[in-house]
Amino acid sequence: MNLGKYLPGTKASRFLLGLTFLVFLISMAFGIHAMHIGYRHAYGVTREIPWGVLISGYVFFVVTSTGLCIVSSIGHVFGVKSFIPIAKRAVYLSIITLLAGFMVIFFDLENPFRMLIWNLFSPNLTSNIWWMGTLYGVYLFFMSLEFFFLLVEKHRSATIAGLLGLISGVAAHSNLGAVFGMLHGREFWYGPYMPIYFIASAAASGCTAIIFFTYLGYKLMNEKMERAMEISLQAVGKVWALVLAILMFFTTWKLITAFVGGEGKILAVKELISGKYAFNFWFFEVFLGMILPFIILLVSRFQNLTHMFIASLLAFIGIYFMRVDLVVLGQVVSHYFELSITDFPTFLSYTPTIYENMIIIGAIAFTILTFLIGEGVFKGHKVEIH
Amino acid sequence: MIKRWFKEFKNLGNEEIEKIPDEERREFLKIGLIITGVFAGGSLLSVVSKVAEGLATPEELKNNYPYKPHYSMVFKIDLCIDCERCVEACNLTNQVPDYGWRTMILERYSSKAVDQKRIFLPILCNHCNHPPCVIACPTKATIKDSQTGIVKMVSYKCIGCKTCMTACPYNARYFNEERHAVDKCDFCWEKRLSKGITPTACVEACPAGVRIFGDLSDPLSEVYRLVHQLGKPVWVLKPETGAKPNVFYTIS
Repeated sequence: MNLGKYLPGTKASRFLLGLTFLVFLISMAFGIHAMHIGYRHAYGVTREIPWGVLISGYVFFVVTSTGLCIVSSIGHVFGVKSFIPIAKRAVYLSIITLLAGFMVIFFDLENPFRMLIWNLFSPNLTSNIWWMGTLYGVYLFFMSLEFFFLLVEKHRSATIAGLLGLISGVAAHSNLGAVFGMLHGREFWYGPYMPIYFIASAAASGCTAIIFFTYLGYKLMNEKMERAMEISLQAVGKVWALVLAILMFFTTWKLITAFVGGEGKILAVKELISGKYAFNFWFFEVFLGMILPFIILLVSRFQNLTHMFIASLLAFIGIYFMRVDLVVLGQVVSHYFELSITDFPTFLSYTPTIYENMIIIGAIAFTILTFLIGEGVFKGHKVEIH
Repeated sequence: MIKRWFKEFKNLGNEEIEKIPDEERREFLKIGLIITGVFAGGSLLSVVSKVAEGLATPEELKNNYPYKPHYSMVFKIDLCIDCERCVEACNLTNQVPDYGWRTMILERYSSKAVDQKRIFLPILCNHCNHPPCVIACPTKATIKDSQTGIVKMVSYKCIGCKTCMTACPYNARYFNEERHAVDKCDFCWEKRLSKGITPTACVEACPAGVRIFGDLSDPLSEVYRLVHQLGKPVWVLKPETGAKPNVFYTIS
C-alpha cells in the first residue's frame, strides 16, 4: 500500500508519524498496566511527595497550550497583522497540547472517571483545582470552536471564540498557578508569585512551541516558507526574547527573596541551587531553558529561523525540567524538618519510574503525531489574510 | 479623637513584653495560653509552638467554640514511651493497610541535648479549624463536619488528585487503595464515635495516658482544663500555616 498517497510530506515525516504512533501505543500500554497494578506500585510518588513528574508533565503541556493561545491571540484577537499567519496552527496546537496534558493527568488521577461526575455535582468553589479543571474544560470548548470557525473562514466568530478562549485560558492557567500558590503549608510555593509566574511562563512556552512546530512543519512537508510566515515567526522571536527576559527577572527575584523567607523555603531553594537539583536548575532550567535560547535569539538577530528553531528545541528541554523542579521542590522539605525527627530525613527524595516517564514520552509522541496529522489534514494551516 | 490617637501613636514605645499594660497581660493570661520556652530534645518548643497563634484569636476562643462537641486531642508528650499500641489499635480499628498510617509516633533525637536526648511526638490529623485540605479538595470529598469539627472523608467523591495530601502541613493523609480514596484519621468517627463508643481507639489503647480526647468547648472536660491552664506550656504544631489545629501538645 502506498501511504504516500494519503499522507503528504517527506519520507521523514511519514517515518516520524509511524514512530510516534508506535511510541504512543507503547506508552498507553504502560499507562494501562500501571492502572491495573495500582499506581502505588507503578509510580515513584509517595505519601510525602504525592505529586511527581506526571503533574510536572501536565503543567508542561497545559502551560504550552495556554501560551499558544496567548501568542495566537496577538494576531487573531488583537489584530496585529504580522501575527496572523501563525494563528491557525497555534490554535490547533493549543488544542492538542491541552489534550496531551489531559492524557497525562488521566494517568495521574486515581479515579479519573469520578472526576467527571463530582466535578459537576459536588463542586468546591474554594478549590483552585476545581476552578482550574472546569475552566480548562471551558477553554477547550472555546478553542475548538475557534478552530472550527477558522476552518470555515468565519473570522468574526473566530475572533470572539478566540477572545473567550483567551480569557478562560488565562483564568484556568492562573488557577493552576494558584493550586500551588494557595497551599499555605508549602512555603516554596505559597504566595501570589505562582499565578503570575505561570502566565509569564506560558507566554514563553507558547513562543517556543509556535517557532518549533511551524519550522518543523515546513521542513517535514518539504515546503518553502512564505515570506509572511517568516515575518510572523521573526515577530514571535522578538516577543519570545522579551518574555524570556521577564522570566529571568522573575527567577532571579524568586531566589533572592527566598533567602529572607521561612526556613522551609530557604532549605528548598538551597536544594535547588546547590543541592541535588542544582544540575537540573543551572544546566536545564537556567542555561538551556532561558539563557542559551536568549543568546541564540540575539545572535540570530530574529532573522535566522534555523537558529531560532534550535533555540526552541533547547528551550523545550529546559522548560520540562523547569516544571519538574517547580513541582517536586515544593515537596522535598520534610513536614517536620524543624523538629530533628529521626523518622524522616530533612530532604525527601523522589525518583520517577519507567511508567511515569513513559506516560510523559507518550504524551510527547501524541503531540507530535497529532501535529503531523494536522499538517496533513489541514494542509499546513494556511491562513488567508483578508 | 483622631488627634488623641495620633498622640498615643506617637508615644508608643517598643512593644516589649514588660511594656504591655497590665490589663492586657492579665486578659491574655486569663485565657491560659501561656507560651513557655521548654528545651526538649533539641529545639526550643516555644520557637515552633505558639498556641495562641495556632488556634484562634484569644477573643474568638473565649467567646465561643465553632463546634459542639468541639472534638480535640491533647498529648502529654513527656509520658510517651513509643510502645506504639495507639498505632496498632488505630490500624486494627480502622483497617489501615501496612503501607499507610493514620497516626504515628515521631522520634526526636538530639545528641546535644542536656540529660534526656530523646523524646517522642505522636502525630495524627489535626482536625484544623481552617483546614488546607478541605479548602483544596475539588469535589468536597473531604469535609469539615459542621457539628463536631472532625475533618472527614467522603470516599466515593474522591478523585485521587492528592491535592489534599500536598496541602496538609501535617502529613496526615495517604491514598488507600482498598478504599479507592485518600484516608486519614477521623477521630474514630466511623468505627466508634458515631456508634456512641468513646474515646478513640488510640486513646483507649495508650497505657501511659499520653492521649486525652474530649470536647474543647466543655469547661468540665479534661481537654478544656489542659488547654486553658497557666502552669504548663501548651502548643500546637506548625502554627505558622494558619490552619488552626485542634490537636494540642503539653507536658504532664
